[in-house]
Amino acid sequence: MLPDLSFAVPRGQVTGLLGPSGGGKSTLMRALVGVQQVASGRVEVLGLPAGVPALRSRVGYVTQAPSVYGDLTVTENLRFFSRLLRAPSSDIDAVVEQVDLGDNADDLVDRLSGGQRSRASLAVALLGQPELLVLDEPTVGLDPVLRRDLWALFHRLADEGTTLLVSSHVMDEAMRCDRLLLLRNGELVADDSPQALLDRTDAADVETAFLTVVEARSEQRTQVPA
Amino acid sequence: MRSPISPAATLAVCSRVLTQLRRDHRTLAMLLVIPVVLLTLLWWMYDGDDQTFARLGPPLLALFPFVVMFLVTSVTTLRERSSGTLERLLTTPMGKADLLAGYGLAFGAVAVVQATVAVGLTVGVLGLDVRGPVWVLALVAVLDAILGTALGLLVSAFAATEFQAVQFMPAFVIPQLLLCGLFVPRDRLPEVLSAISDVLPLSYAVEAMREAQTSTSWTSGLTVDMTVVAGSGLLALALAASTLRRRTA
Repeated sequence: MLPDLSFAVPRGQVTGLLGPSGGGKSTLMRALVGVQQVASGRVEVLGLPAGVPALRSRVGYVTQAPSVYGDLTVTENLRFFSRLLRAPSSDIDAVVEQVDLGDNADDLVDRLSGGQRSRASLAVALLGQPELLVLDEPTVGLDPVLRRDLWALFHRLADEGTTLLVSSHVMDEAMRCDRLLLLRNGELVADDSPQALLDRTDAADVETAFLTVVEARSEQRTQVPA
Repeated sequence: MRSPISPAATLAVCSRVLTQLRRDHRTLAMLLVIPVVLLTLLWWMYDGDDQTFARLGPPLLALFPFVVMFLVTSVTTLRERSSGTLERLLTTPMGKADLLAGYGLAFGAVAVVQATVAVGLTVGVLGLDVRGPVWVLALVAVLDAILGTALGLLVSAFAATEFQAVQFMPAFVIPQLLLCGLFVPRDRLPEVLSAISDVLPLSYAVEAMREAQTSTSWTSGLTVDMTVVAGSGLLALALAASTLRRRTA
């Protein structure tokens, strides 16, 4: 799935993992949290092999589809996961506040809108203040105001020292990241800061930069003598 | 398993499952009412024929908790697998054994209530003739329920959809029902079938029920039967644990 991939995610920054869907973003993220079968290669997270027990309370993970219990309230979900993570119960109110679900804390997750549900899923990942947050498309289906608020939250968390890896297939979110990884067909086509990527490709936006990088690579490949 | 069971995580899983179940009024009502209705139906069918009711009642007391818990558990676990919550749980410090033990504990608690109601009705209202202590019947019923839970957890690993999970019921449960001695006493079955019935856990559950009904005190046969039922449950749980893969493709 992901041949020859090598990269490092800097600590205390928001790194964006961008690329079209089917490009391997989710597979890569699952490898980082240790739920993906990895055929070969080394995946290290916070200096330890990915998925080892010692990492499980230090890494927060949000899957693409919200993974919370629909027949429990937001608070009940958070209480359950905080017991598993051995996070203090004061965290529950704090994360509800962070994802702006204060008015829905006692609603059943099934009754929430799609956007609220994915924020509830995000709240679970914030419990116990993990050092690394791996977020698979956390802003899908959210209105622009909420999206802006969540990105502000991500940067606030990064400023407090959390490392974030956020995937998205929406290119305009790229400019909000400190660093970008562009993934296409399981290949890492760029690993740069957004501005450096724009400068290097002489493009006005990340979408164009992405195209330029991809085209440059395929040209390179056809020039290689057989 | 790498780590022993953590009581905190197990209790967290157990109370979560019970909260979910408490919210599902219809399932809860069916769990308690269906055995009562069916046992009453059986009693009514053999109107006044106490002997036949005494022969069929105990095996059915063993069967209900087994079947019901098998279905409830396999569907619930499948839901956990398909909703992505299982994957999330496996990225937390919780051990796989904690999850299974939590489920076992929660459904075991439901089984205690269900068995108490069913046994209470059968003995107290319908007048099933029981020589020994009644609590032994209830204990056997609870063990059966836990066995059903354990098997349900196991087969849910082999089902990709809820339809498939439900289909495992006829595949796993009905052969055990046919061979457990309810229709033909096990020693009168053809040799091959008799041998098969010797390795099916429900046979021992039904035997334990009979034993509890007919003997005035605890017998060694009861100990053997109940050990086999409990052992099969533990074996199924251990196999179920090995099907919970942290890393998947």
